[in-house]
Amino acid sequence: MPLVYADHVAAMPLHPKVYEAMVPYFNDFYGNPSSIHDSGEKARTAIEEARGKIARLVGSQDEEIYFTSCGTESNNLALKGVALAHQTRGKEIIISGIEHFSIMHTANALERAGFNVIRLPVDQHGLVDPAVVEKAITPQTILISIMHSNPEVGTIEPIAEIGKITRAKNVLFHSDAVSSVGTIPVDVKQLNVDLLSLSAGQFYGPKGAAALFIRKGVRILPLLDGGIQERGLRAGTENVPAIVGMGVAADLAREEIPQRLSHLKKLQVKLTEELPGRIPYLRFLGHPTQRLPGNVSVAVEYIEGEAMLLFMDMEGIQISSGSACISRSLKVSHVMLAMGVDAATAQGSLLFSFGMQNTLADVDRILETLPPVVERLRNISPVYRKAMAKKT
Amino acid sequence: MYSETVMDHFKNPRNVGTIEDADGMGEVGNPVCGDMMTFYIKVKNNLIDDIKFQTFGCGAAIAVSSIVSDMAKGKTLEEASKITNKMVAEALEGLPKQKLHCSNLGADALQKAIQDYRQKKEGTVSRPEAKKCYCPVCDLENPMEAGFCTGCGKEIPDEHAHGH
Repeated sequence: MPLVYADHVAAMPLHPKVYEAMVPYFNDFYGNPSSIHDSGEKARTAIEEARGKIARLVGSQDEEIYFTSCGTESNNLALKGVALAHQTRGKEIIISGIEHFSIMHTANALERAGFNVIRLPVDQHGLVDPAVVEKAITPQTILISIMHSNPEVGTIEPIAEIGKITRAKNVLFHSDAVSSVGTIPVDVKQLNVDLLSLSAGQFYGPKGAAALFIRKGVRILPLLDGGIQERGLRAGTENVPAIVGMGVAADLAREEIPQRLSHLKKLQVKLTEELPGRIPYLRFLGHPTQRLPGNVSVAVEYIEGEAMLLFMDMEGIQISSGSACISRSLKVSHVMLAMGVDAATAQGSLLFSFGMQNTLADVDRILETLPPVVERLRNISPVYRKAMAKKT
Repeated sequence: MYSETVMDHFKNPRNVGTIEDADGMGEVGNPVCGDMMTFYIKVKNNLIDDIKFQTFGCGAAIAVSSIVSDMAKGKTLEEASKITNKMVAEALEGLPKQKLHCSNLGADALQKAIQDYRQKKEGTVSRPEAKKCYCPVCDLENPMEAGFCTGCGKEIPDEHAHGH
C-alpha cells in the first residue's frame, strides 16, 4: 500500500536536485566560510551564490538576506531584534491573533520584558482587516508583524494592503511568510514589507536553513553575539550544506511556482468539492478563495481529530489536525479559536496539505478511506448520538 | 506513541454502544476539553451484568473506555468501585504522560454510573464530588462559577464545568 503523505505544512521531502547539490558540501567542501584558504573560499562562494538565489526568489537585494537556522529563529530575530533596537522610540508591537507560536510566544516574552503587545482580531475566515491595523497604530508602535499565510487554515492575508498603511505611517512591518515562499509568489517590494521570514523546509529544501529579509537601512540587533557571520547579525559557523540546498530549492521554486500553483490547486479543488458528498456535517475552515493552494482545512463534526489521524495513518495516509489531543500542549488551536470556531468543532479538524508528489489518485484514496473512519468514530461518539437525537 | 494494548483497544473497542434501559449511567468530560465518555451498566445480583460505553475523544480516550468496560464486566459492584484511573493506565501498559491528565477518565465515568445505580435502586445519598473546571484555552484551573478564565480572559462555556 503506497504512502499518501499530505502533511506538507509539517515537513516536505527534499527535491532530488537539492539533495544532489548538498552532498559535496558534506564530503568535499567542508571548509569554514570564514577561513581565508581555498576550502574556506569555496564555502564562502557557495553561501553567497545561495544568497543571490534567495534574493531573486523574493525580489530583494542579495545583502538584504540573512541566513538563520529555522523559521522560528527568523521570527525571533525579527521581533526581538527590532524591539531591542527601537525600544527608546516606543514599546508597542502589533501582531495578529493567528500567528505561529514563534511569533506569538516571542511577543509574550517581549510583553514580560516590558513591551506592549496588541493582538489584532481576525474574521471568521482568518483574515486581518487592514483598517483595523491602521487604527491600532499609535506613535509608540515600533513594529507590526502579520503572517503572509496561515498554514493551519490556509488563509492568505492582505499583506500588500497592510504594507501600504505601515509605509505611509512609517512603522516597521514584518511578515512571517514561511508557509508562502516557494508555493505562491512573494515579492518584498510589492508587499512593502521591511522584514520577511522564509524557510527552506517549506519549499523542498532542507531543514536547518532559513532566512530573514531585512530591508537596507532597518536598524536591528542580533540575538546571538559572537563572530561577524551574516555581517554581525547572526554569529555562528554557517550550515553550509543546508544553505547551498536552500539556494537550489529557491531557484527551483522560482522556475516552478506556476506549475506548483496549478497542480496543488487541482488537488485542493477535487478534495474540497467531493468530500461533502461523502461525509455529512463538515465545516471547511479558512478563506474559501484567498487561500494557499493544496491546503484543505476541514472540521469533521462530533468526533475528535487524533482518533481520525490514527486510523488514517494505519491506512497509509498521513495528515494533521488542530485538535488539542494532537498538540503536546493539549490546547485547541489558537488559530481556530481566534476565528470563532468553537473548541468542540476544532477538536475534529483535519488538515490536508498537498505537495508536488501527490496525485489525483492520492485524493481518491483519501476520499475512499476517510468516510468509513468517520462513520466508525461517529458510531461510538456520544456527542454524535445526542446531536442526531436533536435533529430528528 | 501508544502501547500495543492501547492500539488494540483503540482499533477494536470492546462493549461499544448504549443500553436503553440501563440501571446506571455515568458521563464525564465534554467535547470542549477533547474527551467525553458515557457509560451504561446493567446490574444483576449485585454484579455488573452488562456494560456499554460511547466515547468522543482521542485514541487514548477510546482505549481507556474500552479496557474499563472489560475490567468491570462481571465484577461485583464493590470490586468495580475499586477500579481507579491508575489501574486503568497500568492495564493499558502505560499512557503518554500528557494523556494521563485528560484522557484517563474511564474509571471516573464507571464510578459515576455505579453511583447513579445506587442512587436509583438503593436510595443511597451520594456525596457530590468536588468539581474542577479547566480553561479550554490555557488549561488553568478556574472556579466553577467562572464565566471567564482568570488566566487568559477567554470565555468559559457553561457546559464546560466538569471534574477530571
